[in-house]
Amino acid sequence: MFSGSQIVAELQNLGITHVVWLPDSTLGQWEEALSSASEIKLVRVCREGEAWAIAMGLSLGGARPLVMIQCTGLFDSGDSLRNALYDFGVPLFAVIGYRSALNKAANDSARTFTEPNLKSWGLDYRLIDAPEKLPELAAHYAVCREAQKPGVVLIAEGKM
Amino acid sequence: MSRMSLVESLQVLHGLRRPDQVVLSTMAAAREWMKLGTHPLDFIYAPSAMGEAPALGLGMALARPDRQVIVLNGDGCMLMNLGVLVTITAAAPANFVLIVCDNSVYEVTGRQSTAAAEGARPPDTAVDFCRIARGCGFAATCEFERIEEWQAAAPQVLAARGPTFVLLKVASIPGGEVPRSPAPPVERASAFAEALRQSS
Repeated sequence: MFSGSQIVAELQNLGITHVVWLPDSTLGQWEEALSSASEIKLVRVCREGEAWAIAMGLSLGGARPLVMIQCTGLFDSGDSLRNALYDFGVPLFAVIGYRSALNKAANDSARTFTEPNLKSWGLDYRLIDAPEKLPELAAHYAVCREAQKPGVVLIAEGKM
Repeated sequence: MSRMSLVESLQVLHGLRRPDQVVLSTMAAAREWMKLGTHPLDFIYAPSAMGEAPALGLGMALARPDRQVIVLNGDGCMLMNLGVLVTITAAAPANFVLIVCDNSVYEVTGRQSTAAAEGARPPDTAVDFCRIARGCGFAATCEFERIEEWQAAAPQVLAARGPTFVLLKVASIPGGEVPRSPAPPVERASAFAEALRQSS
């Protein structure tokens, strides 16, 4: 739906300093653009829970991180995001790949549980499921940053 | 050989700690580190997401390459997320020191053995944390069981270019409790961030 250069341009406009990520097949197509962006450092993790803790450390150190993972990694992230966002109140922001969101016929439990999972964590999210919705990434980030609250943008995945 | 005491091992670090160093501690190490005093660049990771202290410290180290970040982790915590060793060496922060205080038990829940504890495994299958760290790409790894050895080597260990991995074989403490947050965590996070900002 989006090219790496489109995403990098959005993130650079937001002042993002670090993208802490574990890619899926959609997000992974942005790797070259992200890793070559001069103002963004790409931090590769081995499991998604690490991403929230690293982003918390970056944030406490004065950087402006963004977590970028797939929804399956969100499921794996529970205790780490709980601690960062709610124990220590660090308002992190994440871009999360929403597996099978565009394949309504797909029997994929990852799609079934993604939005209920975000709601259970009390995370304010926006769904980007069409190319013209890309500006919602910046808009939602700005709202969350102004309110000092965590936020998520879901990137719908699958065939359009 | 009897293991060094956790408290004595932390006293060595406390004696060497420079004002500009960040010390992040969790579990038993956090509980005992707090008793040695307070410092604006101490981050007591309690409550914690068990296993995430090295990742949290990595983030701090990447944000502030001008500050050495020392993480005091437990062996049970380390086992929860061995993959972070690879994450750390991929990012390669020269200002990062990971100290694992290995007492071979889950101390705060009543001293149950970890899966890596010698008595909980078949013979001749010992888990070697330093070999794991070396295999993950840590350039500097070291292990100490006697307090005199740690005391003698600590200045050089902390002066080495990181990322550095240190294993301290320590005795568990009977009745050791879960560390409690010394103040509301949200307030502490803000105060720490401000102290780190002002330490420029």
